[in-house]
Amino acid sequence: MNTRAIQAIIRKDLQVVTRSKAVMLPIIILPLVFFVILPIFFVALIPSDGLPAAQPAELEEFLAQIPVGLEQEMAGYTDTQKIVVFMLVYMLAPMFLIAPLMVASVIAADSFAGERERKTLEALVYTPTTDLELFTAKMLAAWIPAMIVALLGFIIYAIMVNISAWPYMGRIFFPNAMWLVLVLWVAPATAALGLGTMVLVSSRVKSFQEAYQLGGVVVLPVIMLVVAQATGVMYFNITLVLLLGTVLWLIDALVLGLSVRTFQRGEIIARL
Amino acid sequence: MNMATHSHPVICTSGLTRRFGDKVAVNDLTLEIDRGEIFGFLGHNGAGKTTTIRLLNGVLSASAGTARVLGLSPWRDGPALRQRTGVLTETPALDERLTARQTLRTYADLYNVTVNQVNHRVAELLELFDLSERADERVGAYSRGMQQRLALARALLHDPEILFLDEPTSGLDPVAARQVNDLITTLSREGRVIFLCTHNLSEAQRLCDRVAVMRHGQLIALGTPAELARQVTFSAQLSLEVAPEQMAQARDILSHTVPMSAIAATETTLTATCADREDIPDLLATLVSRDVRVYQLYLHEPALEEVYFKLQDTEEVTA
Ligand SMILES: Nc1ncnc2c1ncn2[C@@H]1O[C@H](COP(=O)(O)OP(=O)(O)OP(=O)(O)O)[C@@H](O)[C@H]1O
Ligand SMILES: [Mg+2]
Repeated sequence: MNTRAIQAIIRKDLQVVTRSKAVMLPIIILPLVFFVILPIFFVALIPSDGLPAAQPAELEEFLAQIPVGLEQEMAGYTDTQKIVVFMLVYMLAPMFLIAPLMVASVIAADSFAGERERKTLEALVYTPTTDLELFTAKMLAAWIPAMIVALLGFIIYAIMVNISAWPYMGRIFFPNAMWLVLVLWVAPATAALGLGTMVLVSSRVKSFQEAYQLGGVVVLPVIMLVVAQATGVMYFNITLVLLLGTVLWLIDALVLGLSVRTFQRGEIIARL
Repeated sequence: MNMATHSHPVICTSGLTRRFGDKVAVNDLTLEIDRGEIFGFLGHNGAGKTTTIRLLNGVLSASAGTARVLGLSPWRDGPALRQRTGVLTETPALDERLTARQTLRTYADLYNVTVNQVNHRVAELLELFDLSERADERVGAYSRGMQQRLALARALLHDPEILFLDEPTSGLDPVAARQVNDLITTLSREGRVIFLCTHNLSEAQRLCDRVAVMRHGQLIALGTPAELARQVTFSAQLSLEVAPEQMAQARDILSHTVPMSAIAATETTLTATCADREDIPDLLATLVSRDVRVYQLYLHEPALEEVYFKLQDTEEVTA
């Protein structure tokens, strides 16, 4: 592996990507919404003097919705704290995954389909790189920014959550172990899934837009996770998250194995 | 430059064929190109020129046949081969969002230019191609000519032994085209092989040592522009300049030795159309034996352009 060539392509792709509004807007706006606005919004919903005892019925109803296992994990919290923790720690956990997924997908769409659309791939294939080096570089060029956004987002989210919930919690309660697994084990796998899917899609479409739209279906499973948790079908505990990550990595191995095989310059050029 | 000393042809193909579905883009191409040549590769749109460049650089696989470039197999030794070839693609294939300097730096890394030489090499090429002043502007803002110059600079970063140029002057104004052609001559003098795909026949005639003419993926003629001219039947324009007082005598000899059409005359020069070049030595011998003072005898060979159209019209010409 020629790491210098790989670095050069990654650097070039990042230079190109950061100059594209179509790519940068979603990368900036989405994490901003998830990691900054949402926690503020959730906390703002709760009156500053705690939950009014005047609405015990609604509160009861809400608390009853919380799965039993989760109830146990939250033992020792007051009702108000339970709601804060439920919202900020558990409800938003699956949504967090959308960030690495989306960042990886958008960049991969630009870097694979977009580069073909702009015909710049033609020059790249004549360089003394191997197909695998090109593939690796292009993957990393999308995966690294996805992970940077995920990690930065996580740190910002952690700060936001602890600050905005301080009036109710009175201590640093975030992140818990589940979140660490989510960020370090599941998020990289999610980013890789977005990438691999996009590479497969990109080899079959003509433009960045098409790739982005088609490849976008990959967020559906994540949305299903969000819904499943919101409706109480399951909740993100550490076992589930570990398992989820493992399953994702297995799917990744499959998808990446397939996409590395489709990524041959001879095939790509024949389809230009 | 890292020139091997062996005398094998630099590019050598045998039966090279590439199909796309039913379409045969390159059909049974057999070629040998030697060191130091400027080799012209001519043909209409869709003749298979670009496909041939792709095959010879191992970025497209062959359906049949073999090729060796610099002694390497384009498909097995692709990276090693591409380290020694430079390609100017049909479209400049430049990232419009990068600056010229960023583009060249990236490709300097990709072409393994020695790390501490990169800045120097990039600056040198920017200077050579007259791009220094706008080196930090985005390529998207460049004119077509500047983009083409940048693409050429990129192809030269690693000092390649073979330069493939796919229509280097298309879309360029005459001044820019001239600069590119001068550069091609210079690069060739430095010992590089130039594989020049072009539609521009007068350019090919001027620049190329040998040309190949392709039609529908098939090689229909191969040789120096002059050889090609001889392969197709032609009638050349002959002009003969003699002493003014001997005009009548010369005209008489001319009309007898060379069966020809109308003879036109100015004060000192006779012009006529000659159908067989074998008549020329006879004509000259007769003129000399009769003491006609010949100042100039010139045969205007048909331009490559004429030959080209004749070739494209003829069903089969054996090269
Ligand atoms: N990837 C491809 N898929 C299908 N057909 C192709 C492909 N590439 C080339 N062809 C066909 O092969 C033939 C040769 O194409 P090629 O691009 O090599 O021609 P060319 O001589 O470079 O033409 P031009 O002067 O227009 O650049 C054309 O008929 C073209 O349509
Ligand atoms: Mg072409």
